[in-house]
Amino acid sequence: MSAARWRRAMNTGAARTSHLPATKGRANVRLVGLPPHPVVVPGDSRGRRTLALLVTPRYLVVLIALLVYPLIASPFFTYQIGAQSLGLGLIALSLTFLGGYGGMVSLAQMTVAGIAGYLVAIFGTSSAAAISLGWAWPVAVLFAVAIATLAATAIGWLSVRTEGIYTIMITLAIGVAFFYLAQQNYTLFNGFQGFNKVFAPSIGGLDFREAVPFYYLALGCALAGYFLVRLLVRAPFGLALQGIRDNPRRMNSLGFAVTAHRVAAYAVAGLMAAIGGVLMVWYNNRISPGTLNTGAMINILIIAVLGGMRHPIGAFLGAIVFVLLQNFAIDLVDRERFNLVIGGVFLAIVLFSPDGLLGLWALVRARLGRGRPLHSNPRRQRS
Amino acid sequence: MLGILVLLAIAAASVWAIVDNAKLYFTTLLNALTLASLYFLVASGFTLVFGLMRNVNLAHGSLYLFGAYIGWMVGDRSGSWVLAVLAGFLSAAIVGLVLQLLVFRHMQGQDLRQTLVTIGVSIVLADVMLWIWGAEIYTFDPPGWIYGSTALPLVQKFPTYRIAVFVMAVAIGLALWWFLARTRVGMMIRAGVDDRGMLAASGVDVQKVFALTFAIGAGLAGLAGVVGGSALSISPGEDTRYLLASLVVVIVGGMGSVGGAAIGALLIGLAEQFGLAYAPTYSVVFTFVIMVLALAFKPRGLMGRAA
Amino acid sequence: MTTTNTWWTRAALGAAAALALGGAAQAQETLKIGLLATLEGPFAAPGQDGMRGADLALKQKNGMAGGKKIEFVKVSSDATPDKAVSATRKAVEQDKVPIMIGPLSGDEGIAVKNYAKTQPGVTFINGSSGAQGATLVDPAPNFYRFNTEGAQWMVGLGEHALAKGYKKVYLVAEDYGFPYSQVQGFMASYCAKGGKVVDKAWVPLGTKDYASVIAKVPKDIDALLVVLGGSDAVNFLTQYEQAGGDKPMIGGSITVDQTVLNFKGKRRESLLGTASAGPMADSIDTAEWKKFVADYKANFKDGFPSPSLFAYLYYINTKAALDALDTVKGDLGNGQKAYRDALQKTNFNGPAGPIKIDENRNAVGTTYITEVTKAPDGSFYNKVVRSVPDISETLGLSDAEFKKMGLGSRDVPDCRK
Repeated sequence: MSAARWRRAMNTGAARTSHLPATKGRANVRLVGLPPHPVVVPGDSRGRRTLALLVTPRYLVVLIALLVYPLIASPFFTYQIGAQSLGLGLIALSLTFLGGYGGMVSLAQMTVAGIAGYLVAIFGTSSAAAISLGWAWPVAVLFAVAIATLAATAIGWLSVRTEGIYTIMITLAIGVAFFYLAQQNYTLFNGFQGFNKVFAPSIGGLDFREAVPFYYLALGCALAGYFLVRLLVRAPFGLALQGIRDNPRRMNSLGFAVTAHRVAAYAVAGLMAAIGGVLMVWYNNRISPGTLNTGAMINILIIAVLGGMRHPIGAFLGAIVFVLLQNFAIDLVDRERFNLVIGGVFLAIVLFSPDGLLGLWALVRARLGRGRPLHSNPRRQRS
Repeated sequence: MLGILVLLAIAAASVWAIVDNAKLYFTTLLNALTLASLYFLVASGFTLVFGLMRNVNLAHGSLYLFGAYIGWMVGDRSGSWVLAVLAGFLSAAIVGLVLQLLVFRHMQGQDLRQTLVTIGVSIVLADVMLWIWGAEIYTFDPPGWIYGSTALPLVQKFPTYRIAVFVMAVAIGLALWWFLARTRVGMMIRAGVDDRGMLAASGVDVQKVFALTFAIGAGLAGLAGVVGGSALSISPGEDTRYLLASLVVVIVGGMGSVGGAAIGALLIGLAEQFGLAYAPTYSVVFTFVIMVLALAFKPRGLMGRAA
Repeated sequence: MTTTNTWWTRAALGAAAALALGGAAQAQETLKIGLLATLEGPFAAPGQDGMRGADLALKQKNGMAGGKKIEFVKVSSDATPDKAVSATRKAVEQDKVPIMIGPLSGDEGIAVKNYAKTQPGVTFINGSSGAQGATLVDPAPNFYRFNTEGAQWMVGLGEHALAKGYKKVYLVAEDYGFPYSQVQGFMASYCAKGGKVVDKAWVPLGTKDYASVIAKVPKDIDALLVVLGGSDAVNFLTQYEQAGGDKPMIGGSITVDQTVLNFKGKRRESLLGTASAGPMADSIDTAEWKKFVADYKANFKDGFPSPSLFAYLYYINTKAALDALDTVKGDLGNGQKAYRDALQKTNFNGPAGPIKIDENRNAVGTTYITEVTKAPDGSFYNKVVRSVPDISETLGLSDAEFKKMGLGSRDVPDCRK
């Protein structure tokens, strides 16, 4: 069978049968990694399927809740909890995409985000007048995201031959190297103090430094990222990527360019992380080496794992829990011990529910007897 | 080909540096050797654990710090530095054993999960240690005869303790090699690296071997904690630093190979000290750039073997 | 049908979550004051001591100020400016504190100052940040610093060094903002009076192995100027002695302070005699200082043998904040105008000298020149040799001269030959 025919077969086969619950008796041919929530009616055209993706009741409820949230929440919660979760979640989503669907756990996603943030400060306006070029914000953001994506591609190209733990190590090393570079270099990165006063722009009369407009900006970017991942993993590229995750040798013999797919995955993840990085630099109004140190890099991994890497929503769930813990653990526990709380929660989740919160949710649903049974496919229980 | 070019470049740079300031060059060289010894001590445990069980123990740095703290308390109470070293080894070995029995035994083969669990353990351990021992700086009190400075040719005064660390590292490296290559247990461990199933089939209690190896690997970290802490003090944050150092050493040298760990440690020690002496601003970046380049060209480490 | 049930359950759960996340309003009966220090990472010990200093100031007032009961809302950072702003934002926007005290380290101070500009209705008072940029550059009208900053802490040490005959020094310092300020403070008068800083070795922050740095120290210098902090200082001092180094040392303000002199291990005799300077010293011979030390010891059995620099700095800033509250009888209305006027007029005798601020809301204060001495019980402490009063941000130079010099950096100021 030629590669093209195989691809077509995979695509239509998945679309036709992925939605059916096992209870209906049909063979549950489902590709690993596809979201367990069925939204597709068989026999429909691609367009209607995509639309159906967007307008199911569940999605509508969540969407409305997200849209309405700033109106009922205080500005602090909208900004520090809501917008920060969305921004961090977007960066973690890039890791979920790369690690969950691509099988390459990269710790350098925060680095890519940091590069984008630094470039926004360097190309735009900031407190370091000697370094910042003062370009208009659309140009600055465009170049920042583009160059950061290129950097992500380079990181991918360097890391593509490694596997498993070695990928983690090499991306960690790249991240730490960049951290020290940013800390020590004063001509471009302004060293230890970094850049202050990097402000989000005003468009029309809307000042994005305000909590509510910024929240909607972050929400828009997060939704775009979420749906990009959802649609991409059902597209031929995403399916090939998952195949490569599961068995690169077989995919290679089928004629797929394994290395190219992997590097492209790094690039896509890099794009999402870069946009997340721009959001974060506008959120903090500053960037410094501390933003992308080892702790920050591992935090993204913690967020992705906490939520669960089996579905893109996991990244955002993890981000919300993480941000809440970071802000409120100090009120619940003896002030000095909140690191213990965060570490303990993370440890508990990883020990008892490798699929994070989503895994816990699936367990709960299975226990309560509703919904689909847990998969016996061991890949479902992948770390 | 590339290797030869690199070596030539290094030789040329060395000649220039010696002509410029011989004392600085040789002092730096000796410093690099001794720093490499310290890194080797820390990383040897890590490479042992990964070599057999493919266990990624990112709590290795925490074991280093834990061994150092316990060693310090014992040394302080008893006044004996040697006892402190032993206490460091034993305490870390016990914690390692506990980790193996409670955690790693249930997660064989799940690389990513182990990584995450050990990251969680290290965060928890770091905070517990901060709680118990506070954030002060602890230094050790090695016996006078290995403290102070020695007169050496070319470099005049050189810290005796650093020479002692070098001797210790060589001794432990050789002991480790002998243990793996010449004893029965070592033979079992090496067999387990190649074929775990066969080892179990031949009647060896694989779990016991695993536990022993993990304990030794962890113990080495604790021992390095006391030894390293005597050279460069102990405080919170050391765990991350030595974890990163171990990772770099072991990745560059190849996981599971004692010789590889030695080479990796040497490379990193040289890079760090020469960087600090001749180009201090970016010296730290060099170390990690080396790691990146090593992995980019040899995805399993310079001397690593395929899984 | 099952689907509808599921749908409703999820909707209910979601709504509950939204309400919980929305953040309920909180009723306030006491006056909350935010308190930020680093309780994480390597600066945890100074952070804990800073909080002790603030607690002491409140205890001395029996927990009341301006007629109201004061409650500290304690938040923590890990010495990164991002976390400092996050924690401050939580205290200000979520816990709604009208007064915020903190942060601890230099660059955090600049970040919090920038944040302060977005919250004009809240008064921000420094904790122990010693970065010049927090008040010298682009100041915020609602950010007050009742302690002198890093450069001011070293004024007078230059003359002392020259008096001891150190005409040529070599610098070993960490490569970031606070040491830049400290070196500028030292060199402002040292260079002007004929001293030479032969070369500067800026080491990356967190360097533990100073062997190569020590190897590069030139032979023909009179003394080493060492501006390192915490464990970096301990490591350098130990390794320098081991490498057979014998040049006398001049230390920065946190190079031979309590946290360093109190490291758990054998005291190195080579530390004795090291000159240093700072806004306070363990052995100030005034009644106010002695009372401060006695209070600290009585209240904090788990603290240091003597209050550290950070305890002192947080203490005077908190005391100024509380005293001003007393002066206006707790009136924080009208955009806190009365309160801020009271802050500007602050003038009391702190434990280590008078506390007052200039028109940039930065303190004008005393610097103490000290030398490390051994106490009768064998412990080490900093003995006061001289005190230099009334040092302002222009470091003893005229406004024009200071402007010409600019802010301290790697190469500013420079006097090699």
